[in-house]
Amino acid sequence: MPENRLSEPEDPFLSVLELQMGPQHPSTHGVLKLHLKLEGERIVDCEPIVGFLHRGLEKLAENFTYPQVLPLTDRLDYISAMNNNTGYCLVVERLLGIEPPPRGKYLRTMVCELARIASHLLWLATHALDIGAMTVFLYCFREREQILNFFEEICGARLTVSYPRIGGVRMDVEEATLEKVYNFLPEMERRIDEYEGLLSENRIWLERTVGVGVITAEEAIAYGLTGPSLRGSGVPYDVRKHFPYDAYPEVEFEVPVGKNGDTYDRYKCRLQEMRQSIRIIRQCIEKLPEGEVVSELTPDLDMMPGGRMLKAEAFNEVAFISFLQEAKEIFPKGELYSAVEGAKGELGFYLVSDGSGRPYRLHIRAPSFIHISAIPKLAKDHLIADLVAIIGTLDIVMGECDR
Amino acid sequence: MVSNNLFLEILLILIKIAVVLGIVLLHAAYTVYAERKIIGRMQARLGPTEVGPYGLLQPIADLLKLLTKEDIIPLEAERLIFLVAPLIVLTFAIVNLSVIPFHPSFIIADVNIGILLILAGASLAVYGIILGGWSSGSKYSLLGGLRSAAQVLSYEIPLGMSLAGVILAAESFKLSDIVNHQAQSFFGMNAIPQILGFIVFLICAFAETNRAPFDLPEAESELVAGYVTEYSGFRMGMFFLAEYISIYVMSLLIVHCYFGGWTLPGWLLTIFPPLKFVPAPLILLIKVYFFVFLFIWVRATYPRYRFDQLMSMCWKILIPVSLLNFLIVAFLKRGGF
Repeated sequence: MPENRLSEPEDPFLSVLELQMGPQHPSTHGVLKLHLKLEGERIVDCEPIVGFLHRGLEKLAENFTYPQVLPLTDRLDYISAMNNNTGYCLVVERLLGIEPPPRGKYLRTMVCELARIASHLLWLATHALDIGAMTVFLYCFREREQILNFFEEICGARLTVSYPRIGGVRMDVEEATLEKVYNFLPEMERRIDEYEGLLSENRIWLERTVGVGVITAEEAIAYGLTGPSLRGSGVPYDVRKHFPYDAYPEVEFEVPVGKNGDTYDRYKCRLQEMRQSIRIIRQCIEKLPEGEVVSELTPDLDMMPGGRMLKAEAFNEVAFISFLQEAKEIFPKGELYSAVEGAKGELGFYLVSDGSGRPYRLHIRAPSFIHISAIPKLAKDHLIADLVAIIGTLDIVMGECDR
Repeated sequence: MVSNNLFLEILLILIKIAVVLGIVLLHAAYTVYAERKIIGRMQARLGPTEVGPYGLLQPIADLLKLLTKEDIIPLEAERLIFLVAPLIVLTFAIVNLSVIPFHPSFIIADVNIGILLILAGASLAVYGIILGGWSSGSKYSLLGGLRSAAQVLSYEIPLGMSLAGVILAAESFKLSDIVNHQAQSFFGMNAIPQILGFIVFLICAFAETNRAPFDLPEAESELVAGYVTEYSGFRMGMFFLAEYISIYVMSLLIVHCYFGGWTLPGWLLTIFPPLKFVPAPLILLIKVYFFVFLFIWVRATYPRYRFDQLMSMCWKILIPVSLLNFLIVAFLKRGGF
């Protein structure tokens, strides 16, 4: 039974105002609810309450075949669906013992980094809007729109892409699209300069972010923070460097770290990360090898390019049972964990396969969920105005948190 | 004979009031439109385009919408105070207009304590915000009201102190005297010798109008809508209207106190004589529009201050600076400028 932190006996001399902030609030980023105890505007206690967006994705996954789970992962962190897809594909590929062909790897890396830029843009947009800089919000959306247009050209979808597939990617990218992406990169670099011009040395921005929500490296590790939220405290942990996957070992990039672990350092970290992502995409396009995009060893399953597509009329019970029968022979028993560097942090998939053709258990290590647990620590003794900055700086997406 | 004159005088004042109200209300409505268009352009979007040509009828559509919406009064609210609060804010915003001259010969009431009246009106208007926030029975509104109280405590003093320099220079509380004094002075406008006072006053004017970067009492991303959270329909519209009227009051005050109102500085006229033929109302309008534009421009550019930061800035920086400005004015006065 978890200890209910809010039912402590009241101090009669303390006039505490209780406030339920959210789930409908402009800056709780979706449906996060915070049970606040306030003294004036100072936060005495804060308890995050999650679960308003729970859709049972992990349980649903147990009833789907391995390829069918893929679209569910789109709906985790719907802002950078490419990373989620890649994370899930990696764990299934490792179960099967296959690897995508080089071109597939490079394309996957490229779209993952595009998605990371798109996600960081949305983070910067909402974070700046929370602190009151409304123009940055629209500037960021302008660039994000372009990246979503690229996704549309690459795979037909903008948000829930399902482009990476088990054993590679769904289809090859046209030469013209690659060129457009390549030409977009210098423009994106100029745009990042523009955001920095608006914020990085803005006196009000500095006053609102420097020294707000400080977390030391030890505390950040203890809370399980990952991604830019951890690197802001000066820990250079990045799954792309430490447990490289896809084409990351073959491209050059740096892992930007902060120093003080405050909101400003995390802001600087993410902006630097966007620049590094541009660098990775540039290398991916320059080095892009020729060849297939899907591994030949990929089992001939539903949703596989060139594979047998189950037509709507054939999707009856008999066909499904025979399909499962087929899948049973392909997917071995096993238990494994693999992670990718999602836009928010380490996005891990823990998969238990009992050889039935469907996941026995799929647990998702969602960085947003873990980051929310650090809000009470960060927000203690700050004001409400800082609380929205702290929620923003942790970059949480409730779709991923509640699953 | 006497009663006849009195009647005419009252009629004249009523006509003046009607004219000023008409002009200012129209301006307030179209400032909303201008703000949406200008910020839209600054943010790489279009702003209103649908209602009428170039969206020009948008303010009228907004007004009709606000007038026809249901007037919701929360059960938790202190009914009487809740109903009166928006009226207080709007009334005092409009009262301030009565002592502001729009032309050497056009002023509703040329009282000899014009500036004091405006300061009083501006502080009383804040009561409407505090009471509105308090009586709504909502915690967000309450916090908005509290912030407004904290804010008024901090910006009112530097606001008054910076105006003290202007008053000392002109040796009068009358706005028309202040304007005339500037026209005859050595620098032509107060903004040059009193640049410090002008900056302090400008910052306080942003806080006074509850505009970004000091829109703390209604900070959307923090307090949902602050003190207006529970208001709907035209009661919300009154707060809205008062905000835009007070932008005009503050812009007019800046122009009158620091930029010579409807006059141009003498040195400018000697450099460029054709300026003598520019009509006075046009000079005033251009100056006022510039400051209204500045209000909009700043909103699109800056993030929001935290209210404790605003307080410490006002007490630790603005008050000493405005005192320094007062000293400078005193020395200049002694020196004969």
